[in-house]
Amino acid sequence: MGRRYGTVQSEGEGPARLDPIVSNQSDAPGLATRVDGGDTRLTLSGDWTLPHADSLPNVGAAPAGSGAWFDRQDLTAILFDTGGLGRWDTSLLVYLARLRRDSALRSIRFEDAGIPSAARRLLALLPDGAAPPAALGRRPGLVERVGLNALSTWREGIAVTTLLGRQVLQAGAAIVGRAQMRRIDFVACVYDAGIAALPMVALVNVLVGGILAFVGAIELRRFGADIYIANLVGIAQVREMAVVMTAIVMAGRTGGAYAAEIASMQGSNELDALRVLGIPVQDYLVLPRVLALTLMMPLLYLYASFVGILGGFAVAVSMLDISPELFIAQIRDAVTMSQIAFGLTKSVAFGALVAIAGCRIGLKAGRSAADVGHAATHAVVVGIVGIIMVDAVFAVCANALDL
Amino acid sequence: MLWTFDAMEIDQPASTLRACGLAFGYGAEPVQHDVSFDVKKGSIFAIMGESGCGKSTLLKALIGLLRPSAGTVHFGAQDYWSLNEAQREGFGRRIGVLFQGSALWSSMTVAENVALPLQMFTRLSAPSIDALVQLKLSLVGLESSGSSLPADLSGGMRQRVGLARALSLDPEILFLDEPSAGLDPVAAKRFDDLILELRDGFGVTVVMVSHELASLFGICDDGVFLDAQSRTVIAHGAPKMLRDSAANPAVHAFMARERPESATPPGGVNP
Repeated sequence: MGRRYGTVQSEGEGPARLDPIVSNQSDAPGLATRVDGGDTRLTLSGDWTLPHADSLPNVGAAPAGSGAWFDRQDLTAILFDTGGLGRWDTSLLVYLARLRRDSALRSIRFEDAGIPSAARRLLALLPDGAAPPAALGRRPGLVERVGLNALSTWREGIAVTTLLGRQVLQAGAAIVGRAQMRRIDFVACVYDAGIAALPMVALVNVLVGGILAFVGAIELRRFGADIYIANLVGIAQVREMAVVMTAIVMAGRTGGAYAAEIASMQGSNELDALRVLGIPVQDYLVLPRVLALTLMMPLLYLYASFVGILGGFAVAVSMLDISPELFIAQIRDAVTMSQIAFGLTKSVAFGALVAIAGCRIGLKAGRSAADVGHAATHAVVVGIVGIIMVDAVFAVCANALDL
Repeated sequence: MLWTFDAMEIDQPASTLRACGLAFGYGAEPVQHDVSFDVKKGSIFAIMGESGCGKSTLLKALIGLLRPSAGTVHFGAQDYWSLNEAQREGFGRRIGVLFQGSALWSSMTVAENVALPLQMFTRLSAPSIDALVQLKLSLVGLESSGSSLPADLSGGMRQRVGLARALSLDPEILFLDEPSAGLDPVAAKRFDDLILELRDGFGVTVVMVSHELASLFGICDDGVFLDAQSRTVIAHGAPKMLRDSAANPAVHAFMARERPESATPPGGVNP
């Protein structure tokens, strides 16, 4: 975009009169001053272009870097001679705009007649005064940040509690068919959180069951208690591993997807379109997802427990020389209904947690493409951390209740 | 990366951009074929035609996003598609593109959007880049919006940020894809005036895809009209000239906002 001006003053030139940029030669920019009483005439020469921007006065330097000539107290006017000016682009404009601004601050006349008329037209587009600094915002102090975070956490707690309460209330309405959600959406969510998740849940839990059998064998063999591998696999799977591993899989797979899906709807104004129509977003979008995952999690848990024990069984029988009949008998003794009920209770809680976290994070996401990615990541992290924390609470309660 | 502005010699051209016998499309069947035109230096050149005729696809072929199935695109004397990939990338930094809907990077602030090309392709210091970014934002009237995110801006402001970003490396040719689409008439007129000022000020050549007649008549001094039926150029010339004296009735009708004579309204009878 730089342009080569001849030695003729460039008054009134239009684009058709301009010579094209044809040269790879790049002359270093020059600036000479000539003092004449209160006037200072600046003679600009060479190329004032982007590759030279760092060496231009008043561009990369501080705003007051115009030079000693500018600091003279008797300076009343600045004039220009650009006859020797070569190519120029926005770098020249930066210099001229800053000089004009500094001149205005000191009531120095800025005679722009000698500036190429094209540059004058562009200068006219720029504000006269100092450009306002970018509103970078003040960084709050430590106490203020703690306070702001506390308030934000409190508000988020209220929002999540409200969302949870509404889902519980609307779940009842949904059972009698009075919730404002489409049945087909619910069915799609059930499929996605149920059947579609089976292969991954199975793979993870078979492997976890097998690993438990191997780990158990290391210690139990030392005491000749190989057969208790079945107890270890059964109890660990039913009480802890099946439900926690399945919930983690669902947090990564489904919770993240919920957040991304709702966040991308936010970005394309789809949520606003629903709100304008009077369709409650929490019923239409959140309820089918929360219901589906909360209902599917117990089923996935049972399935995960079964395949996990199967994994342990396969390892025990094929590699650890334990008889199948003995393994099954031990499992039937070790795994009680109360343990299964305990696991089922946890699975319901984890399902609701993952779904509500995913939906809530999607709903409060920003509107940009990057916000979709952040929402998905955040939902997975919150889901996994939440599962572990809630599981710890369950463990303490179970201990207190002798379960 | 090195600053590559001066890396390639352009012989003194009769025109800045020349398309010759271009055919392009996404499948076996070209969207347009035999498209030829010259863009004069410092002109504002319009690519016109009804919706779906391939205007934006032609723009993609011109800016290197879509390889034409036939024909050549010359920047000055250089055949763009005969260059290797690295050379084409270097060439790409000599043009600026304002995409449809402005296509700003949503995770970056306005200032960061404009600064990124300077940071990637020049070795300028941070203060210089800041100064240049501030100036470019001032040129488009957004000097106080540098720290805003694109999502917080109106459509017109986003378009102006897109223009500032397109100007980031001080390009020789600006390509604008539907620059005033979605803007109200006043904002569109302001945007047109800004393009004129930038063209007159910097002498930049502008190639613009548009079907906004007010913009076409207001600022364009040359152009081509693409036809969706025959899939080729059916008229050359300034939009005003095409409106007043186009030989092809379809072109004249489009430019004058009239129904083409051959068009039959629903119901079957042409009134």
